[in-house]
Amino acid sequence: MRFRLIATAALAAALGVGTALAAGTKDEREAIMKKIGGAMGQLVAITKDEKPYDAAVVKTALTTIAESVKAFPDQFPPGSEKNSPAASPKIWENMDDFKAKADKLHADAEGLLAQLPADKAGVGAAVKALGADCGACHQAYRLKVD
Amino acid sequence: MAGKRTRILLSLAGIAVVGAAALFYLTLPAPLPEAHWAGLGEPDMANGERVFWAGGCVSCHAAPGSEGDAKKVLAGGLALKSPFGTFHVPNISPDPKAGIGGWTLAQFGNAMTRGVGPGGEHLYPSFPYNSYARMTPKDVNDLFGFLKTLPASANVAPPHELPFPFNQRIALGGWKLLFFNDGPRAPLSASGDQVKRGQYLVEGLGHCGECHTPRNPLGGFQSGRWLAGAPNPEGQGRIPDITPGSKSIGQWSEADIVTYLETGFTPEFDSVGGSMVEVQQNMARLPAEDREAIAAYLKAIPAL
Repeated sequence: MRFRLIATAALAAALGVGTALAAGTKDEREAIMKKIGGAMGQLVAITKDEKPYDAAVVKTALTTIAESVKAFPDQFPPGSEKNSPAASPKIWENMDDFKAKADKLHADAEGLLAQLPADKAGVGAAVKALGADCGACHQAYRLKVD
Repeated sequence: MAGKRTRILLSLAGIAVVGAAALFYLTLPAPLPEAHWAGLGEPDMANGERVFWAGGCVSCHAAPGSEGDAKKVLAGGLALKSPFGTFHVPNISPDPKAGIGGWTLAQFGNAMTRGVGPGGEHLYPSFPYNSYARMTPKDVNDLFGFLKTLPASANVAPPHELPFPFNQRIALGGWKLLFFNDGPRAPLSASGDQVKRGQYLVEGLGHCGECHTPRNPLGGFQSGRWLAGAPNPEGQGRIPDITPGSKSIGQWSEADIVTYLETGFTPEFDSVGGSMVEVQQNMARLPAEDREAIAAYLKAIPAL
């Protein structure tokens, strides 16, 4: 009896650890957002004349954004509602819309990769379009916790 | 003996009556006289539009969920939740019945700067007249002119849902007596026209303090806490401290603040979130000099 109890507890603990190790921690979410932010920063540096236009840099940045955001909604599985205070509970209430907003950024970044911005002005337009995607999702689903 | 007691009681009653009368008088709606709003001439539409964006009218008065040009239809209807109950934002489109098309400039000006409605009633401070009180008569006139050029809507918003005693408008006179203020909000460490313009935009039109300054239980600003950050009135999360003392925003340069207001990106290329998204979109429509003035002002207020 006691053994079964201990075994159950151990199993429960193992499952608990398993859940914690699965996708959806605060660190994982923030790491993806920081990757996208860093890529945006490289694009903005070109628009501000801090860096010269470089097609390779633009391509890498857009690829980073497209790939990173693709995996982002996976970081919000059921049960991970409390993992980061900046994630609004509305994410889980409107998961389809949340995914659609991530897909939009993915599709826009892919579209730009298919037709790579060719100069500083093109990068500026890209930053504006992608930035609007960031804003649209943050407006609905990101809480300020400062 | 009995006569003396009666006299004392009568005096006390007299004092109470005088006190009540004084309180009644002090808490009456106090519109500015018609003359204050006279002789302003034809409105300057370009300035009216600038005031319109700086004031953030669309953020509350546009129909919820509208995008693009539809935002300029100020049909109202947004539900604003607060600790005092739910406010339903009114229609301020030029419709003569549902909106403000039938209002005079004096009625509009007194609503904006004194919190007095067209029928002489107190307005709830969910409408940020405690900030707009700083507006110049010229800006009020220009804004009124510009609002009349926007599309009309016949939408009628539901009445506010407020429990007793908050549904008693007369009590707002007491609130105003305690908290209404059209003076400077905080001492500034710099002077000059740019900081002054920033002060006008942040303390007045932009009504930044309405969210960024913490409030006491009666809904007045806590003193000495100007723009120091506050709980999010819409629920979870916090509205950040935007003084030079903030761990994050306090470290930003003036140029960082300007870029943020223009593009929505922080210096770390994080992007604006929550209700600040709309505010930032409004700020992006202002001339660059206004965003620079806001940044200069935010560096001149006390660090908290």
